[in-house]
Amino acid sequence: MNQKTLLNHKRPPPQSIPKACTGIDGFDDITNGGLPRGRTTLFEGGPGSGKTIMALQTLVNGARLHNEPGIFVAFEESSERITINAAKFGWDLADLQRKKLFFLDAQPSLELVQSGGFDLGGMLAALSEKAREIKAKRVVFDAVDVVLALMRDPAAEQREVYRLHEWLLASGLTGVMTAKGGSYQAKVMNYQHLGFMQFMVDCSVVLNHDVVEGVSQRNLRVLKYRGANFAENESPFLIGDTGMEVAGAREWSNVKVPPTRERISSGVPRLDAMLGGGYYRNSSVLITGVPGTAKSTLSGTFVESACLRGEKTLYVSFDSDVDEVVRNLTSVNVRLERFVKKGVLHVIWERSITGSAESHLMRIKSAAKEHGATCVVIDPVSALSKLGNRATATSVAERLLDWTKTAGITLVCTSLITDQSTQTEGTPLQISTLADTWIHLNYLVHAGERNRGLSIIKSRGTAHSNQVRELLLSDQGVTLADAYTAGGEVLMGTLRWEKELAVRTALEEGLRSAKQKQVQIELEEAELEARLKGIQIELDAKRAQKKALTRLGTNRNAELNRKKNRLREMRGVDLK
Amino acid sequence: MKKAAHFKFRLYIAGEASNSVQALANLKALCHELLPERHEIEVVDVLIHPKRALADGILLTPMLVKCSPGPVRMVVGNLSQRETVLQTLGLPALAR
Repeated sequence: MNQKTLLNHKRPPPQSIPKACTGIDGFDDITNGGLPRGRTTLFEGGPGSGKTIMALQTLVNGARLHNEPGIFVAFEESSERITINAAKFGWDLADLQRKKLFFLDAQPSLELVQSGGFDLGGMLAALSEKAREIKAKRVVFDAVDVVLALMRDPAAEQREVYRLHEWLLASGLTGVMTAKGGSYQAKVMNYQHLGFMQFMVDCSVVLNHDVVEGVSQRNLRVLKYRGANFAENESPFLIGDTGMEVAGAREWSNVKVPPTRERISSGVPRLDAMLGGGYYRNSSVLITGVPGTAKSTLSGTFVESACLRGEKTLYVSFDSDVDEVVRNLTSVNVRLERFVKKGVLHVIWERSITGSAESHLMRIKSAAKEHGATCVVIDPVSALSKLGNRATATSVAERLLDWTKTAGITLVCTSLITDQSTQTEGTPLQISTLADTWIHLNYLVHAGERNRGLSIIKSRGTAHSNQVRELLLSDQGVTLADAYTAGGEVLMGTLRWEKELAVRTALEEGLRSAKQKQVQIELEEAELEARLKGIQIELDAKRAQKKALTRLGTNRNAELNRKKNRLREMRGVDLK
Repeated sequence: MKKAAHFKFRLYIAGEASNSVQALANLKALCHELLPERHEIEVVDVLIHPKRALADGILLTPMLVKCSPGPVRMVVGNLSQRETVLQTLGLPALAR
């Protein structure tokens, strides 16, 4: 009985503390909803790590999206400069400032002379008043370290931090304090207050801005979050055109889109046939190959077929200029310009050197979102792993695939394999293990020729051809040649052509001789028929002759009888 | 000797906070000692008049403002370091 009660006893859902949504893409995912509401959060980081932007964005989003007015206390930069700097994000601060956003300039004046201890009591009293006035729900203290540094006394600093914290708790505002720290702190060990602040606050976020092999890499990490779960790993982020975006958690469990059986064309009908009907919709396709094996061309045909179906498509080129891509594809009868003009196709050129792998991914994501793309082509995705991105590129590639799966996007990406001598056919980003379909293109050198070979290495959930096929490019388009094997080798190039010719000649020869034979037989047949006719006539004549003879015999008998009877009559003999 | 100037001070305090209480005591003592009969002290409690503090841009307390004679000078803190205070207010001669 007890057991039954236990089983039936429903545990209440785990209660998490109330959260205040930051509206920063990705950050709310990491923290399962944002900052702790009515409590204090510390953003710490070195100079230029994005503390101020993150704090301001939290405030602005609160005001804009959740109707939660906010106060920004600026200890370091003047509010005027902050608003000018933030203008490029298009947050419309001027409009917000009228009602929902209040900036308090609290930079210590240069003229200010200090004599003895002081405190923040005055400011907090003023803030309480202002918070009541605009019904503020959020408050940011930007660069608290600046004002604390004035005190020149660790005990006083600690006391003021405590005062600030107490005030925040009493006011019920969701508070954010920013302070210099993070990896920077290790180098400049004079921020004693920071340690104390980290213990005091309910949530602490560390922002880093590092340079790896000359490429800027930003990431943040939630250090602690009292009373709630959070993603504990470092999350890369980007400061883009609309503010800060954080790369969200990348667990596969986030993928919730049911798999589909719908096939979409690769743009090459014979390749579709090899794949059993084409690529699966919402799958990821990887095309690998050494330079010049027509990887771009094969992705181009996919783009064309997608556009022909009227699907919004995004083409991301890392190597060539956008116009060059379009022009080059024209040479194989893949005409994309019309779709660019119609707005079905959006082409972007991400030069491989303009940023971290992370920033590329985010730009691709936002471009796809903006365009409403259902098909995305990245040519080549291996560009992500260049220049200082070796460490992050693999995780970026994983998240790229996760994202397309979740967003219902069919992804075709090419990947360059530079070392042809290795037979491993692995990809630098290990996408090959994640991708649903993997097509490998290679040059096959045989009999003094170099020909393009295509093989499908894997295609999940599809019975696919196991044959290496020759890929043919011409101004008519892209196609695959018929496969000929001779002595266990697939024939390609002129060998294939010769074989084709030989087969064709043999076939023609056969046809010709058959025709000849037929004519001959027809002749013989006619001759036989003619002979048959003659014999028939002869036979008929013989039969007639025979008939005539028989008739003659009968007549003669009758005549004889008549004659006999007549004689008897004449002689008067009894007939019996 | 020309007629000694009349000093006008404004002291912003945060209620009964210890620094504020000390500052007021220190200021009163200083004035009593050095500026007898020629000073005026206005005390503004920002806890009572927060709007005034906002309007005047007073965020740190206690804050002493010398309004006249010009130029305007400000000293933050409990005014325990008398030398600094006198120097800032332009009263070094009176220190002795």
